[in-house]
Amino acid sequence: MAECHPVGFQWVMEAKARGAKVIHVDPRFTRTSALADLHVPLRAGSDIAFLGGIVNYVLSNDLYFRDYVVAYTNGPVVLGEDFRDTEDLDGVFSGLDAEHRSYDNASWQYQGMEVQAAAGQRDAEYDRRTGRGRSVSEAARGEAHGSGGADIGEGEPERDETMTHPRCVFQVLKRHYARYTPEMVERICGVPQDLFRQVCELVTQNSGRDRTTAFAYAVGWTQHTVGVQYIRAAAVLQLLLGNIGRPGGGILALRGHASIQGSTDIPTLFNLLPGYIPMPHAHEHQDLESFVRAEAQRKGFWGDMRAYLVSLLKAYWGDAATADNDYCFDHLPRLTGSHSTYETVLAQLDGVCKGYFLYGENPAVGSADARLQRLGMANLDWLVVRDFSLIESATWWKDGPEIESGELSTEDIRTEVFFLPAAAHTEKDGSFTNTQRLLQWHHQAVEPPGDARSDLWFTYHLGRIVREKLAGSTDPMDRPVLDLTWDYPVKGAMAEPDAEAVLAEINGRDADGNPLASYEQLKDDGSTACGCWIYCGVYADGVNQAARRTPGREQNWVANQWGWAWPANRRILYNRASADPDGRPWSERKALVWWDAEKGQWTGHDIPDFPKDRPPSWQPPPGARAAEALSGTDAFVMQADGKGWLYVPSGLTDGPLPTHYEPQDSPFVNLLYRQQRNPVRHLMPSLPDNRYQPSGDEPGSQVFPYVATTYRLTEHHTAGGMSRWQPYLAELQPEFFCEVSPELAAERGLEHTGWATIVSARGVIEARVLVTDRMPPLTVHGRTLHQVGLPYHWGPNGYSTGDAANELLHLALDPNTHIQETKAFAVDIRPGRRPRGPAAQALVRAYRARAGIDDRTGTEL
Amino acid sequence: MGVRTWIGSWPVYRQLKGTDPLGRGAAAESGRTARLTPRVASADRVVKSVCPYCAVGCGQDVYVENGRVTQIEGDPNSPVSRGRLCPKGSASLQLTTGDAREHRVLYRRPYGTEWEHLDLDTAMDMIADRVIAARRAGWQWEADGVRTRRTLGIASLGGATLDNEENYLIKKLFTALGAIQIENQARI
Repeated sequence: MAECHPVGFQWVMEAKARGAKVIHVDPRFTRTSALADLHVPLRAGSDIAFLGGIVNYVLSNDLYFRDYVVAYTNGPVVLGEDFRDTEDLDGVFSGLDAEHRSYDNASWQYQGMEVQAAAGQRDAEYDRRTGRGRSVSEAARGEAHGSGGADIGEGEPERDETMTHPRCVFQVLKRHYARYTPEMVERICGVPQDLFRQVCELVTQNSGRDRTTAFAYAVGWTQHTVGVQYIRAAAVLQLLLGNIGRPGGGILALRGHASIQGSTDIPTLFNLLPGYIPMPHAHEHQDLESFVRAEAQRKGFWGDMRAYLVSLLKAYWGDAATADNDYCFDHLPRLTGSHSTYETVLAQLDGVCKGYFLYGENPAVGSADARLQRLGMANLDWLVVRDFSLIESATWWKDGPEIESGELSTEDIRTEVFFLPAAAHTEKDGSFTNTQRLLQWHHQAVEPPGDARSDLWFTYHLGRIVREKLAGSTDPMDRPVLDLTWDYPVKGAMAEPDAEAVLAEINGRDADGNPLASYEQLKDDGSTACGCWIYCGVYADGVNQAARRTPGREQNWVANQWGWAWPANRRILYNRASADPDGRPWSERKALVWWDAEKGQWTGHDIPDFPKDRPPSWQPPPGARAAEALSGTDAFVMQADGKGWLYVPSGLTDGPLPTHYEPQDSPFVNLLYRQQRNPVRHLMPSLPDNRYQPSGDEPGSQVFPYVATTYRLTEHHTAGGMSRWQPYLAELQPEFFCEVSPELAAERGLEHTGWATIVSARGVIEARVLVTDRMPPLTVHGRTLHQVGLPYHWGPNGYSTGDAANELLHLALDPNTHIQETKAFAVDIRPGRRPRGPAAQALVRAYRARAGIDDRTGTEL
Repeated sequence: MGVRTWIGSWPVYRQLKGTDPLGRGAAAESGRTARLTPRVASADRVVKSVCPYCAVGCGQDVYVENGRVTQIEGDPNSPVSRGRLCPKGSASLQLTTGDAREHRVLYRRPYGTEWEHLDLDTAMDMIADRVIAARRAGWQWEADGVRTRRTLGIASLGGATLDNEENYLIKKLFTALGAIQIENQARI
């Protein structure tokens, strides 16, 4: 955090100055470790074992926050009789379909009830939910979410408030984590038992009524074939300790781009519509009604999904969207499986995807298996690159690694390339959403130079020209384009669209065109339009709330007069949980929001994340649905049962409980189960440029004996497009390097400041060698493990240059998020520079041959 | 110059009479130093902004003079950052005004070996034509017998460095065009 989010880290230091203990868990000693009370180096790829060990410590020593767990989590809920844990099936859960590498989660459900998921991929279960597909056994009744569901009362999950029922979540959890002992943690993670015990003691002693503990993480947790389960492991721990929805608690994602949160909320992502409404999957006879029936929840704020979706369709298609035509629901394109950036590359190689836009992203060095990215682009008809400088994704046809090696020749590459210079943040109005969901407006200071334009300008005018060219078309394919509301006011000589008008559309308006103030005003009858329901209120009263800038020192510590956070300007999500079931703060020290019985409303330092006038004692009337169905203690208002989920009955593709699996490429066997890897990891085809490696005790795995991990540096930004062309930053970090321990340097003859060649089954790169104690060897499975650190910012262009670490990566992905496993893989390292020309690929082929790699290697279940 | 001013300009006098007996601060200040002003002092206006690098969202003050950005500093009012910027944020001036930025549209024709220049309007028109053609070529009304109403002909990547409003328009336009391969840095 001190390295990559240094200004945010000042608050960690403030906490430390007030007595907080700071623990840094990272294979590498960094600036964060230097300022922490405890640095815990561990093997990259072993965090679930580590976190599972803490969960086991909490459960076996009765250190959980019992009142919180009983009231606010699904710990007391009883599971159905069909559920089988990894304890029963040696590392897999019930419902595994080995042939299709997927789980049917019918057996994961609560006793007598089916629970809906809270995000992204719900539509994948469409068939079951609408009663049309396979696996309708338990689920047919679980149609409960829609209008024609089961009687209320029969759908309530069975609970055991004593949490002693053998099938209740709490007991399942206890059994699941019993084998995550300190001895196992030591052997799997390389963390000595006394160091591990210190972590357990610090975390548990600092949790409870009077104290809270926070976890901060970044892509070190997400970029794994079990990335979502990493975060889930922290969620299990934090819920057990009562550290969610409370000040000083939480699991904080430290994200790396100015508006990466915003581009997830208002997604430029294949699987989502704005506000986490899923993109529809293709099904027979699908209409708005059946989509909502499959998607919406009976209880909680997702119960009003129809209002959010209809309002979005009205924002997109305006007057053309009417009740008679399902509000243009059929205008939406449909998915058939994953269409992530990696499938897009395959579609490019297949010649299906012919045109490609790059908006400030540099996949030629920034995406895993960078070589495949370039080969995909070399097979396009046309490519549009919008950026500041000539990044590698704009020039690969001229000077990329494949040109250097002679595999491709510029004269033979058909791709037409347009480079359009982009405007900087100082040259346009707009909002960024930061990592804590805070929208902040930046104002235009000057006009962009030359041909540089904002992406708002580019997208708006591209749409305008396309619409002009298609005007008058009667082809039904063109209807959604021509029906689109696309009439934004423009200003100035450049005809720049008014960003605030777009923000107003995102915020939403009523039938009279007045700005809405809250998503609770959204209607499902077409009378409201709203571009992103969770952002509703950012333009309340016609005022740009994201541009509010009351100085921090003139406000309370929550500072909610600065910018605007979704939802409803709440700064801490689920903050009802900061008070006890009766509505009183768990302690004065940790007071955030509470029930004011006199006024009959929730109040406090933050804006309550709960229906404002709902008393703690309230029980929903029979037949209540959506937000109405939340009881006075259902603090987790977006969840189908109003509870924080220790156990996830639905919504995850790879299991209800986090379980340690080895990374796709690992020098070690899984000590905890016979199952080596996540059985349902998303494996892209084993193409010649995407070969997987043998793992554990499989023959050939010793060819790649070292664990490698990628990371960022303070002085550079992601794939370098905004930092390798800046002389100050280039001077601070002038070229690519790798970090190795003195022991590894001795073992492999690597010299400090000399060159090293690093090889995987996908590629070979060279790096300057930094021999340093910052990458300590660990004792894992009783033997010494060396790890290789690889900052990933480089490519051949700009002032600061070097090979791209992503050349080494494979395309085994997390099955929930389709995120690649960049943070833990296996390599070999040797002294000297890498071969040039055809010899480079020949070396990679020789390694594959030595390790006995073919297209089946690493693809086992 | 009066006698008092003349004596007051003498460092030893200031050291003995003033608040700086060790002569390491105000007493040692030269007339030239005293007349120095920060480079932002002559700015015409200060525009409120946000750092474009990571997602902490540090506040920035953008100083503008004669229609040019002359300096970018941390905004001390921000409860997020309290005026601080990291090395990257501090390089924002170089990012936005440095000579590594391309100011003109560049075009590489099929099989071409060099960049050529192209008029922005022409480029926009050519891109629009290509969008229409690729969209049509990759169009699928159905896949495996179910309605998909989409195109696999065009794809888009990126958005995490852009504004919310820009992401909104990209998703809106491409969805209406039937494109589904829309992705950004959230997965890297």
